[in-house]
Amino acid sequence: MSENGALCGTYFLNGDEPCAEGAMSAGCRFFAGYPITPATEVAERMSERLPHVGGIYVQMEDEIASMNAILGASWAGMKSMTSTSGPGFSLMMENLGLGVMLETPCVVVNIQRAGPSTGLPTLTAQGDMMQARWGSHGSYEIIALVPSSPQEIFDLTIEAFNLSERYRVPVLVMSDEAVGHMSEKVVIPEIAPENLVTRPRPNDGREGYLPFKANDDLIPPMAIAGEGYRFHVTGLTHDERGYPVMTAEAQDKLVRRLVDKIRVHRNDIIKYEEIGVEDAEVIVCAYGISARIARLAVQQAREESVRVGLLRLITVWPFAEDRIRELAQQVKAFVVPEINYGQIVLEVERCAAGKARTLLVEHMGGSVHNPQTILDAIKKVAK
Amino acid sequence: MTSSTKVEEYITDSLLRQDRMPHIWCPGCGIGPAVGCFIRAIESSGLDQDKIALISGIGCTGRVAGYVKLDSFHTTHGRALPFAMGLGLGNPELNVVVFSGDGDLIAIGGNHLIHTARRNVDMTVICLNNFNYGMTGGQMGPTTPLNARSNTSPYGNIEYPFNVPYLVAASGATYVARWTMLHARQLEWSIAEALTKPGFSFIEVLGPCPTLYGRMNKMARGMDSLNYYKENSVVRNGADPKDVDLTSDGPIVVGKFVDIERPTFWEQCQLVIDRAQAKKD
Repeated sequence: MSENGALCGTYFLNGDEPCAEGAMSAGCRFFAGYPITPATEVAERMSERLPHVGGIYVQMEDEIASMNAILGASWAGMKSMTSTSGPGFSLMMENLGLGVMLETPCVVVNIQRAGPSTGLPTLTAQGDMMQARWGSHGSYEIIALVPSSPQEIFDLTIEAFNLSERYRVPVLVMSDEAVGHMSEKVVIPEIAPENLVTRPRPNDGREGYLPFKANDDLIPPMAIAGEGYRFHVTGLTHDERGYPVMTAEAQDKLVRRLVDKIRVHRNDIIKYEEIGVEDAEVIVCAYGISARIARLAVQQAREESVRVGLLRLITVWPFAEDRIRELAQQVKAFVVPEINYGQIVLEVERCAAGKARTLLVEHMGGSVHNPQTILDAIKKVAK
Repeated sequence: MTSSTKVEEYITDSLLRQDRMPHIWCPGCGIGPAVGCFIRAIESSGLDQDKIALISGIGCTGRVAGYVKLDSFHTTHGRALPFAMGLGLGNPELNVVVFSGDGDLIAIGGNHLIHTARRNVDMTVICLNNFNYGMTGGQMGPTTPLNARSNTSPYGNIEYPFNVPYLVAASGATYVARWTMLHARQLEWSIAEALTKPGFSFIEVLGPCPTLYGRMNKMARGMDSLNYYKENSVVRNGADPKDVDLTSDGPIVVGKFVDIERPTFWEQCQLVIDRAQAKKD
């Protein structure tokens, strides 16, 4: 146990459990959720462990309520989280947008399963990647991280809280059933307080406080309820005072900043892992569970003397656009295996901009790729 | 003695966002007077105003959060209650108030209403019932009286409305009252009482919508509704909520119907923490 009550040590856990532990290590003390396969174990773990660290678990009436409850808790100063899967994620979309508009730090975990609709509740997919980017209405930017292992879901859940506090935006952890239900060794270190980020707070007086007046970094300091600021926030388009303003000018100013506050910091946000890209003619661009499968295919192709590398996206949104543009100058082709019928491949193709070929290795969900299909694709484009 | 006090200054001024006036509500609307009662109740309750948080949903009444000078949240349609619950659990020192309309709380937010009442979450809910959706131009909803006309029930409403106090009482609310905005004193006292009572308190306030509901139902002036309230209201404190249904030819039963004690959700949450930590040690 660490000082704040979070777990420390080496454990054998399924992916959903270290997600919960990561949240608690990050200082999350409020969880609101609704049971849904294959994310239920996150909620179960939270219900068991949160009270030990003095936190509150609430089982909500639905995912709409879950999303709103974590926003409310965040405005009381708590670090808060919910977890879900496809159908629940769909229900959260409207109020994810409220979180974006109110610039509310919080973390939403999606242990993806195959859709559309009820789909395959117990089986894996990566079909919500574009929903993560565009699921709520209007123009906005979001941050989404994709873990490839139980260890990484622990690490990235902490990272998600840090990013969400730093940039005042809901952060999505886009895992999937295969990672969520895979049991592996997880090392939980003691997290030093200096490695945890807390939201920027106002240091001017309460009189004249403007809740949406951003600093130079485009992030406004955030007051919390009960401190005497008497602030107003609204999901309507608003000015720096937080007051509704129904004009195109106010819309331009606000939405531009909401988007730009993520875009201008993208190089600080975006993380990826590269293996063997230096001399590569072909790059496999993959994420989550598919990146683990792709790694095997890349190894085999290398053994067969194909100059192939792996670009594993850890941050999917904002997209690693600059890096893909660079690599497109160097390589012949990108191979993109994902457990959907083509989502992130569209981004890769856009960034490759005709400089390199792009090939999707699709999978409709229900299992992971056979590495042979990725190997075949690598060989096909390497010719 | 010279005084700079202006005669135009009212008790409500300090709690209104003057820089947001004029408000959007129509002449004759019931929301403004209900907000007046709310503000006077806050003043008379003596509560620390910095610790009161106000949450609204969407609609005409949903705009209340924008006009009252408290920490205030204008959220999404129907979702004020779960937002407010998260806020209150996040900081139990906060006195959480939800002020929203019937469409917001009873229709789209109906599921949250029954569950927040069931949990006995610490908050005061003021539900301004004007029998229709005002912001979108006067459509029927689950509180619209049978046979009443609206822009989506042009042949008369065929649906039976909720008996709102009965619904929230059955769901577990520990304080339930109904007043019309004509009962300004009682409403103010009732809100003050609810603000200081732990648990889930719910106050239904009937208020006119002369522009829409009234115009379509032979009460086109605000005064028409007030006369209707005056002639038909009967105060029955302690009435069984099942007997307070609003019908076209029956009385408007107003009063405090429920005032009971039950552990609040916050207390229950502390119980979980105690149990978990006892097990650990």
